[in-house]
Amino acid sequence: MWFFLVKRCGLGVLIVCLAVTALYLMIHSIPGDPASIILGPRATEEMKAALAVKMGLDQPILIQLFNFFKDVFQGDLGFDVFSQRPVIDIIMEQLPHTLILILVSIMWAAAIGIPLGCYSAIYQNSLFDKISAILSVGTIAIPSFVVAIYGLLIFSVTLRWLPAIGAGDSGDIADQLTHLILPSLAVGLGWVGYISRLVRSSMLETLGANHIRTARAFGLPERVIIYRYSLRIAILPTITLLGVGVGYLLSGALFAEIVFARPGIGKLIFDAVSTRNYPIVMGSVLITTILFVIVTTLADFVNALLDPRIRAHA
Amino acid sequence: MTVSSLKQMLVMPSFEFLTGFKLAIKRLCKEPLGLLGLILVTLIVGSAILAPWIVPHDPIAIDVLNRLKGPSAEHWLGTDQLGRDIFSRVLMGSQVALKVAFSAISLALGFGLLLGLIAGFGPAWLDHIIVTLFDTVRSFPTIIFALAVVTLTGPSLTTIILVIVVTSIPIYGRVVRTQTQALSAQEFILAERALGASMPRILGVHMLPNVIGQLLILASMDVPIVITIEAGLSFLGLGIQPPTPSWGTILNDGYLFIRNTPWMIIAGGIPLILCTLGFTFLGESLRDIFDPKLRKDI
Repeated sequence: MWFFLVKRCGLGVLIVCLAVTALYLMIHSIPGDPASIILGPRATEEMKAALAVKMGLDQPILIQLFNFFKDVFQGDLGFDVFSQRPVIDIIMEQLPHTLILILVSIMWAAAIGIPLGCYSAIYQNSLFDKISAILSVGTIAIPSFVVAIYGLLIFSVTLRWLPAIGAGDSGDIADQLTHLILPSLAVGLGWVGYISRLVRSSMLETLGANHIRTARAFGLPERVIIYRYSLRIAILPTITLLGVGVGYLLSGALFAEIVFARPGIGKLIFDAVSTRNYPIVMGSVLITTILFVIVTTLADFVNALLDPRIRAHA
Repeated sequence: MTVSSLKQMLVMPSFEFLTGFKLAIKRLCKEPLGLLGLILVTLIVGSAILAPWIVPHDPIAIDVLNRLKGPSAEHWLGTDQLGRDIFSRVLMGSQVALKVAFSAISLALGFGLLLGLIAGFGPAWLDHIIVTLFDTVRSFPTIIFALAVVTLTGPSLTTIILVIVVTSIPIYGRVVRTQTQALSAQEFILAERALGASMPRILGVHMLPNVIGQLLILASMDVPIVITIEAGLSFLGLGIQPPTPSWGTILNDGYLFIRNTPWMIIAGGIPLILCTLGFTFLGESLRDIFDPKLRKDI
């Protein structure tokens, strides 16, 4: 077990390091040197040279890369010239908004998806099962940003039931919640389908297992068999799915944040892309990548805890 | 799965592609969702191919006097903020979407196949390097990776295709690698090796036919994902650049004028939804027909 843990964490660190290197090389492959981009076209040669020395651009690329790594691991992602603030502060300000959106989305999706999958498995091949199968594929197939735009069109612009932009007043919980409804609908809808399909198939598997047959033979009530014995096991793969799917969640959140003009890391990246603010783009991409790697590593770890076969395999 | 479909699969010789194709069509037509997918995909592919000949108006001709009009006999889906005919733009948009999907997926499939075969059949150190590379690429969420690349290179059709190819190679590569590893332990490959067959011969003649079917099913299921990425990036203004029509740019125009007219959003979104639904239904039915085992791997 420990061997697996160390190996998996090592892989995670390696991936983050490779990602940092790739990002750094990408920044440096931009045509034109960073000093003249920052200072603008009217800068003199002396000003450029002075800034280049200050930024460490006069050193060999390997040493620059080493310094960049040192800064990143000390939590220093550079300085934003536009707002005169450290990049890490700006990111940490936006990150909670995205995390809340993701959490709320996944929670409502699970709250509907799990019972849907569970009943589909119990009443296999019934009309309910067939309709829910079609709905699941449908919700998975429809792009989340189209859901977001249509939600905006129907509920905000036409019916005027829900607010269209922003995250609500920071002190007013009810206001914040109403601002969360449409974005979390857009981010979570596809997950209803994913979760219900996964729960259905793993539920079918457990319902056919030996211990369930034994429980039936003992004459336990069906309710106990389903909730206490089957669903408890059948729900486990969903946890792994969340680990793998955090990337899709982040992409969905990005679109929802842009469509509904909500603060968050996706909106931050998008705005920075539009203004070509490289430190912010690179910093936020790095943070999301680290987040992504941590979650997938955790999911793998939980999986290994639950299923000894995976441990043996690695 | 029913007994009859099992029988059909047993009878179906996997190498006779044409018979398999005919049977697939036959079975697709029996499944309501598969049939629906087939019809939708045929419609979309047909309109994409015929688009240049059947568009009622020039999709990029500007007519400012008739801007933001609702549907009429002349403009079936109305006009956009520059007075361009939305129906014509939607038709041409299908061509752009399929062009991106086809070129990106075939490139990703090609490279994924090559890298997967090398990783699965080559020495262990090479396998480790390739798998770590795959993991690194997959550790960026696709859209966020795309944003980073677009910042550096600027938005264009080539950038979109490049991003999709790079992020999808690992999907194909991993499947090929696992399959190759499983196959290389089998007797017929061992026998080939013992006979002294060259590496290209083993990989090309013996491995490839065993992997390609699964890959094609994966590719067909990848189409809606790729089309969504293209439309999404174009919606953000980071993909297909105006005046070229794409479903994503139509949606973006509609989003900007959402308080003036709902028609652009409806016209840009519905074909995208029908397209992703069609390819998903078709892909899933094809997978169930040819390779039910794959269902668990995805």
